[in-house]
Amino acid sequence: MTRRIAQIVCFAFGALLFALYFSQLPAVRSLNTTIMIDYWQIIFAITLLVGVISFVKISVTNIRRGDSRPYRIISLIGLTVMPVFAIFWGIKGDSPFMWMFEYVQAPMQSTVFALLAFFVASASFRGFRARSAPAAVLLAAAILTLLSRSSLEGIVPQIVTDAADWVRGNPSMAARRAILIGIGLGSLTTSLRVILGIERTWLGREK
Amino acid sequence: MKIAFFIATAVDPSWFDMNRMPILIISAISVLVVLYTTFCKRSREHFKLREIAGLKAIEEAIGRATEMARPLLFTPGWGGDIQRPTTIASMNILSHVAQKTSQYDCRLVYPTHDPVIMTVAQEVIREAYAQAGYPDRYRNDDIFYVSSSQFGYAAAVDGLISRLKPASVFLLGTFEAESLILAETANINGSIQIAGTDSTIQLSFFIVACDYVLIGEELFAASGYLSGDHSILASVRAQDILKALIILIIIIATLWATVDPSSTWWRF
Repeated sequence: MTRRIAQIVCFAFGALLFALYFSQLPAVRSLNTTIMIDYWQIIFAITLLVGVISFVKISVTNIRRGDSRPYRIISLIGLTVMPVFAIFWGIKGDSPFMWMFEYVQAPMQSTVFALLAFFVASASFRGFRARSAPAAVLLAAAILTLLSRSSLEGIVPQIVTDAADWVRGNPSMAARRAILIGIGLGSLTTSLRVILGIERTWLGREK
Repeated sequence: MKIAFFIATAVDPSWFDMNRMPILIISAISVLVVLYTTFCKRSREHFKLREIAGLKAIEEAIGRATEMARPLLFTPGWGGDIQRPTTIASMNILSHVAQKTSQYDCRLVYPTHDPVIMTVAQEVIREAYAQAGYPDRYRNDDIFYVSSSQFGYAAAVDGLISRLKPASVFLLGTFEAESLILAETANINGSIQIAGTDSTIQLSFFIVACDYVLIGEELFAASGYLSGDHSILASVRAQDILKALIILIIIIATLWATVDPSSTWWRF
């Protein structure tokens, strides 16, 4: 029964939002925004609470077990300290919250992002090994693109830049568009399956 | 009162935004094709999907994790929320994976950046375990929220991969810059990786770093492929029909634009 109610709600909101999308009346567009943003924020806020409770529960359990203890303790300190700073001293420019954000959180995020540079290098090394004819073509395209986008202006002949632009604008773009059309059609049929109740896996499988 | 207002506005001709007419026509054609292939009995007969390596490898990945007595990690990426079709497609694969892990008594770890996805995933996995006949093997603590921050999430999942050393890693959903960070960490760890996303930029990273990649519509066809459900398989056929229509339109538009370069009807 609960599954049936969920399906009806899904169909009703799917059909309603589809119809509202084609309207140009401000009142209807505002209803669309209310459903898409306000309702979503309410659902998100409630589930965020569930998520945070789950995170705290799992962290406490793991600390007791001695599983990843240092990481869990640091996570819990971060989870507690940031809201406390925000509640008592606000989130303005010179507040402890902003200090923590600028000098602790942002550098840590940048550090993780910086890992990407090394991972791109290691992945490229594996991906561009010319073990077969298609891999050799890939390697040649990569070298062309790297040379054309490097700062060796005046040293790299114009023909290399033109060839790289051609690769990016023709074979590469054609393949990308073909994949995008496939993804678009896949998204469309998946959405229709969900709205029409053909696809019910997201509700849990039927017994 | 509100209902009366909306009925009144619905019958008003100014209700409709004429600029969106092409979208309405394309949507209507798509809905009709999907409905025809799904509900027309003749269309549902004799229909088989080609073999998809990434989906065929799921069994191998779960078997490997069971043999090595190591967990299996499944994550939907940072880029999407539950409204996104990619996330729904990922949930369909998750359900199948969860059924298998419950049968083999293999631990399934599911970290996510979105509490709504966490709640849905808990429900999907619980139901899959119950359907497989092993509800007692379900571990709610293994499906958890880590952080809504992109690199906080990436660092948390990276840490999990490094510490838990999962035998298999499933990266299925909407990924952004964290894709290669996760895929390379799993690669260094020696895990079998099955990946799939709707981002063409991240797909190239996955192709280089992962063992199996679901490209484009393969991710969306997974549900029908894995479940064998005729209605879902039939809607995959709808994708092919629509693709053929698009190819036809591209050919006609190309010829038309060649013969009459000033024409613009095809630029919708």
